[in-house]
Amino acid sequence: MKLSLHDVVKRFGTHTVIDRVSLELDGVHCLALIGPSGGGKSTLLRIIAGLEYPNNGSVAINGKPIEYHDEALLQHRRSIGTVFQAFNLFPHLTALKNITLPLEKVHGRSREEALELAEGTLRRFQLLDHSHKKPAELSGGQRQRVAIARAIAIKPQVVLLDEPTSALDPEMTAEVLELIDELKQEGRDLVLVTHEMGFARRLADRVALLSAGRIAEIGLPEQIFGASQSEVTKGFLRRVLKY
Amino acid sequence: MPGPLKHCSRWPSVPSVSGVIETWRDLFLAPGGVRGDVSPPTLAKVLNVALALVLLIGTVTLCLFSLNINWVWGSVWNYRDSLFKGWLMTVGVTAVALVSSTVGGFLLALCQRSSVLLLRYFVKVLVEIVRCLPLLVLILLVWYGFCTVFGIGNDYRYAAGIFILTLFESAYISEIFRSGIESVGKSQIESARAIGFTRAQTYRYVIIPQAIRQVLPPLVGQLVSLIKDSSLLSYIAIQELTFTAQQVNSNTASSLETYIPLAVGYLILTVPIALWSRWLERRFKYET
Repeated sequence: MKLSLHDVVKRFGTHTVIDRVSLELDGVHCLALIGPSGGGKSTLLRIIAGLEYPNNGSVAINGKPIEYHDEALLQHRRSIGTVFQAFNLFPHLTALKNITLPLEKVHGRSREEALELAEGTLRRFQLLDHSHKKPAELSGGQRQRVAIARAIAIKPQVVLLDEPTSALDPEMTAEVLELIDELKQEGRDLVLVTHEMGFARRLADRVALLSAGRIAEIGLPEQIFGASQSEVTKGFLRRVLKY
Repeated sequence: MPGPLKHCSRWPSVPSVSGVIETWRDLFLAPGGVRGDVSPPTLAKVLNVALALVLLIGTVTLCLFSLNINWVWGSVWNYRDSLFKGWLMTVGVTAVALVSSTVGGFLLALCQRSSVLLLRYFVKVLVEIVRCLPLLVLILLVWYGFCTVFGIGNDYRYAAGIFILTLFESAYISEIFRSGIESVGKSQIESARAIGFTRAQTYRYVIIPQAIRQVLPPLVGQLVSLIKDSSLLSYIAIQELTFTAQQVNSNTASSLETYIPLAVGYLILTVPIALWSRWLERRFKYET
């Protein structure tokens, strides 16, 4: 994936959440965004997802700049798979329906096509047995896996994951991380906001640490986690890895 | 999803939770203490419902006897056809108002969420004013004010009556829809946006199907209010059940002989609907 951000600024009222962030990435398959809470990771991801308007600056994915107005953003969001921390699935629909609904209504697939695609994806993630269950009947980990299945069933140009395991217990976290790992192996492009440092280190091609709305450091995982010269990075890692 | 409450030993467990009658207290006190959601044993239920009915009917009978009425049913019986016609008119007026109020309430709820600010605030103010006025005052204001200004006269009396009732009930129903729509979590709407649903699709596939279970029981409950409220239309000479009863009353110089059938006429309509609303509430509560 090619991702370029230029001077991106996002303010909520008087509070500047993203403060002139720029970055230029090419040929990166997995970008991990880490950093302290309130540092701007999720907001940055939401700007890339087309869910939030930046106050200033520009964003381009694979060379195509995102136009920040309603109609263009709708099209943009349709080309991207987004998974949140929790409550991604629609509780009144079965797992299968959760996947086929956007395929039919947003991407214009026929019923049969949508069903085939959805079942194929669920089968690959060993979720086919659960396809007729509603979200309330699934475990937290299964719910997130179905959410990821829904995100990739539309063949997105990039998958954005916003703390996809933060609401899960360790065992379920593992099953979801395994799935994300699989996506990476398939060569899918991912942008991942995470608190799982070990996972970010192992999976990401590039790690960016956001603090106070700025990119404190960006580099290869070995650099960030092993040989960082940045005081912000070292301080953050010391705090999160202490226990 | 919250699981069922677990029995907590810290709570005073005077009545048993088992549903088995062990002592006399179990016949009269509900199990589960403050929880109030544990069904009492069938025997206790039947016994207490029967006692309540005896108490109620006893009180009413006692009152009637002490009034010392010289019942004259015959003259009222002669008017049974017009009373029945009045009842049919009530059914007709409410049936039309039911449909128009539901549609109206839905539209008002959507308007209150419109991005056009003028529309949003106009409707918000309108709904608030209507909800703060007694129905009778609204009827008088619209009929003698609004309708006179716009030259809506006798020919459109029934249409005007239904319109006023619709206006009043729509205001309440729009609040039911609004709270139903708001009960759908922000995260759901966010998911719908992320998927790329348009605004209309978000309503159609995400908000409405989830809001409906929140909305249906109180909506059906509002239907009961609507039927009861329609009686006030008698003030502008809509010949529904209450109006007819009043006429029969003055023609026959009777009193309770018409008012009792009047009450029964409304109860026949409202009680089944109220029970239906209860049933819906229970059904949606346990279904996940």
